[in-house]
Amino acid sequence: MTIVGMTGNEAVAYAVKQSKVDIVAAYPITPQTIMVERFSKYVADGEVHTGYVCVESEHSAMSACIGASLTGARVFTATASQGLALMHEMLYIASGLRCPIVMGVANRALSAPLNIHGDHSDMMGSRDSGWVQIYAENAQEAYDWTIMAFKIAEERDVQLPVSVNLDGFIITHCMEGVDVLEDEAVNRFLQTRKPLFTLDPEKPITFGAMCLADYYFEFKRQQVEAMQNARRALDRVCKEYKDIRGKNYGILETYEMEDAQAAIICLGSTAGTAREVAHELRGQGKKVGVVKLWLYRPFPIEEVISALKDVKALAVFDKAISFGAPYGALCSDMVSAFYALRESPKIFNVIFGLGGRDVQPSEIAFVFNEALETAKTGVVKEKTMFLGVRD
Amino acid sequence: MVTLKELSTDELFASGHKLCAGCGEGIINRMTLKALRGPTIIVSATGCSEVASTAYPFTSWCLSWVHVAFENAAAVASGVVEAYKAMARRGAWKKHVDVIAMAGDGGTYDIGIQALSGALERRTDFLYICYDNEAYMNTGIQRSGATPHGAETTTSPAGSVIPGKPEWKKDLIGICAAHGIEYAATACPAYWNDYMTKVRKGLEVNGPAVIDVLSPCPLGWRHESARSIEVVRRAVETRYFPVYEFERGKYKLNIKVSQPKSVEEFLKLQGRFRHLFYPTYRKDIIDEIQQNVDSNWNRILKLCEQS
Repeated sequence: MTIVGMTGNEAVAYAVKQSKVDIVAAYPITPQTIMVERFSKYVADGEVHTGYVCVESEHSAMSACIGASLTGARVFTATASQGLALMHEMLYIASGLRCPIVMGVANRALSAPLNIHGDHSDMMGSRDSGWVQIYAENAQEAYDWTIMAFKIAEERDVQLPVSVNLDGFIITHCMEGVDVLEDEAVNRFLQTRKPLFTLDPEKPITFGAMCLADYYFEFKRQQVEAMQNARRALDRVCKEYKDIRGKNYGILETYEMEDAQAAIICLGSTAGTAREVAHELRGQGKKVGVVKLWLYRPFPIEEVISALKDVKALAVFDKAISFGAPYGALCSDMVSAFYALRESPKIFNVIFGLGGRDVQPSEIAFVFNEALETAKTGVVKEKTMFLGVRD
Repeated sequence: MVTLKELSTDELFASGHKLCAGCGEGIINRMTLKALRGPTIIVSATGCSEVASTAYPFTSWCLSWVHVAFENAAAVASGVVEAYKAMARRGAWKKHVDVIAMAGDGGTYDIGIQALSGALERRTDFLYICYDNEAYMNTGIQRSGATPHGAETTTSPAGSVIPGKPEWKKDLIGICAAHGIEYAATACPAYWNDYMTKVRKGLEVNGPAVIDVLSPCPLGWRHESARSIEVVRRAVETRYFPVYEFERGKYKLNIKVSQPKSVEEFLKLQGRFRHLFYPTYRKDIIDEIQQNVDSNWNRILKLCEQS
């Protein structure tokens, strides 16, 4: 066991180094910059064989990644916010051409107004782009998921791009003790990529042909299959990873859910605060629990139902707004998941933390208490609560 | 320079594609692939050549080919070039691979110029070929930064107030040369030997090379499809399209035109300039175009003399 002091960005860069990536094509954007700066240093010091393509925009970053991935290379990129938005067009092509690219996303608010701090507006805006989405809670998880992400993406029946999301500044810039693996252990876990098809000059192939009404639909249907395969692949990969890491990763993580009456479900760093508050409330005899989703796309319906079916009330935390929609993205998915069930927990949405607004333990305690009240009365007072906003 | 007999008899751009009769792009694709020197990957931008040659499940490309999007051929090519280098460093690949990016003038002069500039600045070892048919033809003939002054397109229609495109064509070679690259050239498929020699030169350069090749479009330029090569030859003979190259800092005129025809002889072959002749003869605009042709020619001659 080697514990190193690292920020989330540094932990991802280190994981990418150990994953023996062939190509990194990236463009700097706050709060992702340190991820690519650290990696450039590995390249400059000759510690990796990786080609670092200093592209002139995020659009070109993803374009170069797609070209490199189709050539058979293992590819990584990283971005945030406006950068991810600029990549939007290419995200769909990366998944449509079945490129197992891994991308670190330092989640950050979208302009306007301009804001550099953390929320999930960026990745939620791309949630239908065909990328597998994983959310890390801290630097350790960002490190572990980055290594696992390559293996999930490159599985034979998956061949899809994977994003590893880490909350801007809260995870990207916070120094933590990260237990890093030996290079040898990563090598054993993550072998060289074995692509199914490549742009090989000696085996002519046409990639990116035009497909109209006669074939396009079938390609999209295959992507749906691949997404479902990704969920199973994640299970397999987590089991394998446990052998070298010792920690149980998976689709989601529960805390005090056995007899919980009210629960919070959330993504990313918020889970740590929520657990801390739940622990305190448990001390006061309140039956509350927390579900942290690691995997957001493909959305694991069965697993969330199984984790939450016995609670009476559920507060769904969304760190992004879906303007004009009934709920935030995660809450919409939760409501859909429970729709077919005869008995569903009473669900309400908590929109919070936009533009990096800090969420205090007292605020989370307030939500738990509201949820407990709902559990008791069966009445949702407020369908969507904007936590910590000045009205 | 090669002789016809020395040309490869391999046809790597298969017939059966859906390009229009007389389309310059099919001719250029065929010539390009006959000038290859070894293992090659083609990166294509979205455009006529792409949609007409790869309607799934068919392809005209008998070598490895990839299309990603409209504005990013140069960026995709960068990824391919660097991936081969990286895989060679870990021993997974041994041979050199040539990479050619091909895009239309819309994908080059306009929406793709940022990606092209980035790839040139990074000294990406590739050849970038722009099929310059002077408008967005694939979407139905809209004006681009390469459309000449006075030409009618569907977004620069010849109206009663504005007679075709008011602006002038961008200087792509000047833009590329300003990046300090080793090789940039214009070419015309009427001079096949000059074009194919340039393709080979562009591949041999260690770093980026750019060729802007004039590509006749019977549909967009509105001329008879059988006269495509004649029309682009006329473009050169009138000095409308100077064929020259920029090599290691030096300019060279490749096709000398000592007794040029007037630009009118080029314009009148094409329906896109018809409004300059009918219903009224717009001498003012034609003179303006002639003056521009003359000054551009003199500018290039001066660059060649200074070299």
